[in-house]
Amino acid sequence: MNKPLADPVPASTEEAHVRWAAEYAAQIESDKAVHNRSGIPVKPLYTPLDVDPARFDTDVGFPGQPPYTRGIYATMHRGRTWTQRQLIGLGTPAAYNARLLDIIGHGASAVSLIPCNSVFRGYDMDEVDEELLGTCGVVANSADHMTTCLDGVDLATTSCAMNDPSPFTLLAFMLATARRRGVDWRTISGTSNQSDYLSHFVANHMFFRLALPGARRVLTDHIAWCGEHLPRWNPLSVVGQHMQQAGATPAEAMAFTLSSAIQYADDCVAAGMSPDAFLPRFTFFFDISISFFEEVAKFRAGRRIWARLTRERFGARDPRSWRFKFHGQTSGVDLTRQQPLNNIARVTAQAIAGIFGGLQSLHTDAYDEALSCPTQFGARIAVATQNILREEAHLTDVIDPLGGSYYVEALTNEMEQRVLAIMADVEAAGGMYRAVESGMVQRRIGESARAHQERVDSGAQTVVGVNAYQVDEDARARPALARPDPAQMRAHMQDFAQWKARRSAAAVEKALADLARSAQADRNGGGANIFGQVVAAADVGCTHGEICRTLRRELGFGNPLVAV
Amino acid sequence: MDIRPKVLITKIGLDGHDRGSRIVAAHLRDAGMEVVYTPPWQEIRTVVKLAVEEDVDVIGLSSLATDHLIVPKLMAALREAGLSDVAVIVGGIVPDEDEQMLLDAGVARVFHPGSPLEDISAYITDATARVRAARFPA
Repeated sequence: MNKPLADPVPASTEEAHVRWAAEYAAQIESDKAVHNRSGIPVKPLYTPLDVDPARFDTDVGFPGQPPYTRGIYATMHRGRTWTQRQLIGLGTPAAYNARLLDIIGHGASAVSLIPCNSVFRGYDMDEVDEELLGTCGVVANSADHMTTCLDGVDLATTSCAMNDPSPFTLLAFMLATARRRGVDWRTISGTSNQSDYLSHFVANHMFFRLALPGARRVLTDHIAWCGEHLPRWNPLSVVGQHMQQAGATPAEAMAFTLSSAIQYADDCVAAGMSPDAFLPRFTFFFDISISFFEEVAKFRAGRRIWARLTRERFGARDPRSWRFKFHGQTSGVDLTRQQPLNNIARVTAQAIAGIFGGLQSLHTDAYDEALSCPTQFGARIAVATQNILREEAHLTDVIDPLGGSYYVEALTNEMEQRVLAIMADVEAAGGMYRAVESGMVQRRIGESARAHQERVDSGAQTVVGVNAYQVDEDARARPALARPDPAQMRAHMQDFAQWKARRSAAAVEKALADLARSAQADRNGGGANIFGQVVAAADVGCTHGEICRTLRRELGFGNPLVAV
Repeated sequence: MDIRPKVLITKIGLDGHDRGSRIVAAHLRDAGMEVVYTPPWQEIRTVVKLAVEEDVDVIGLSSLATDHLIVPKLMAALREAGLSDVAVIVGGIVPDEDEQMLLDAGVARVFHPGSPLEDISAYITDATARVRAARFPA
């Protein structure tokens, strides 16, 4: 039992802290050092001694005001909650459309289209192994396919994210669809979600198509073209999610993302664009791991750094340039194949971290993603999870509800310092483009991935059902596989072959020749904008594979840059 | 006699998520094995060629996004090249329904997410002993 205190009211916070520390040391049985995933030591208690009240205005402030630590809008989720944007992609365009309309009917408020891996890799359906078609995304190779995918979706009012790596054919197909329907391009909103080619090289996902210099040029052209023709479209989403899924710690993921954004902004400036013209359309996309407070602090720190660097480094004067808009996706790496229903709990914790972190748009993973592409049942639970968090749990009543927590404010400061230190390493390596080219970023992420795996293997990091609390499972209780219908896929392939034979070969040839010429010309020498030619080619019936093949030929194939 | 397994770690098909293959390759290398590592997106014929040229004991394929569906094609190509004795293991996201299909096609073992690295290296050591015993009968 504790001794009665001589004087129950301590003379000062410092004195009380000393008293608590002594009692804590005496009572705790075994006090292990605790570090978060970013390697920051975490203390058992945070107090007013951990934050400097004099720095409230510069470090914390108010929502909607720089440095935006508490959120980029004055109203945040109390005004407009986040966009409920679920990634979907499976099978044929018709099957995709049915799933999309089902999810919208259950509460999703925006589109996020995931194409088949063959599309990610730059191929049409007739260029790859048939077994793989549509198993991880929709097989959309033409403007006609996109029209089917988006049947019943009002393009003037629905924000559509296209998971569309360079050269952005999916957006080009969507623009062709919009033109056919008479929708004004200036009303079209959404995001080129996979435009961050550096993250593709870093995380080595399925996106390699163009060599680094070509990828760099296509993106700069894409940003310029969209800035001119699509005022509500975000041509760039800088993706920390790829890097964190590949193994980067939350601090590394934030740092590499901000360093990439600096690189892209530098490239736009070099191409003659004004920061206040393009920065308001830069968006970000992050992983939300289950390391709850670390994720909240990561997002708060990221907003603060971006608000400062857009002003100080790029001289941006439009507040929209300072706002760090981001989409969050709950982390698939944290999900387990074992006892898959447990993933619903994991996704819930991750999603709350993202919400408290102040996100603008959220994808919640389906519980069965660790097994296969989500089933319809799994996708519905993921949507319902967001509905519950948004409308039942009272999470949106107060803006930045964790702001002012001694721990969260101190951790936000520490994450900021950690992120800035990593960004300085990238800067010293010559910026993100050079740091990726040299493999420095990939090596660092690989080391972090391995360190995390070793913590799981050693049991230092508990993963329920994997290294603790294992149970004998009934495999039959697992969800059924979501696989495309083979008959539908075969019919889709036949239709595609017949349609290709019917097209105007002359129009296709001319458009591809124009595209090749735009890629050959030096942009600064006044050549046509490459993305403008992609849009034109898509409109006259060129396929995804044809457009990609043309650019691969002209700009070179992007071989992986790996380090083990 | 201590044997030093020679392992090819690779990915075929369309997906490039290589966190798993890189972690496993680094672990096997640190465990003293000779590791031939390739980036993702290898053609089946390239994998067969590498397996012949490098004379590997074990081929480890990582599949996280359904690329395991073309592993039977690789198995057939290996048999055709006279490499039926090489042990092929698959790691990653392989649904139960597909695991049996892979085993029927001649895959030696499937490692699911959550498999400790030590289990993978221990299995490869045993498999190598079996492969070599079959290749060089006493």
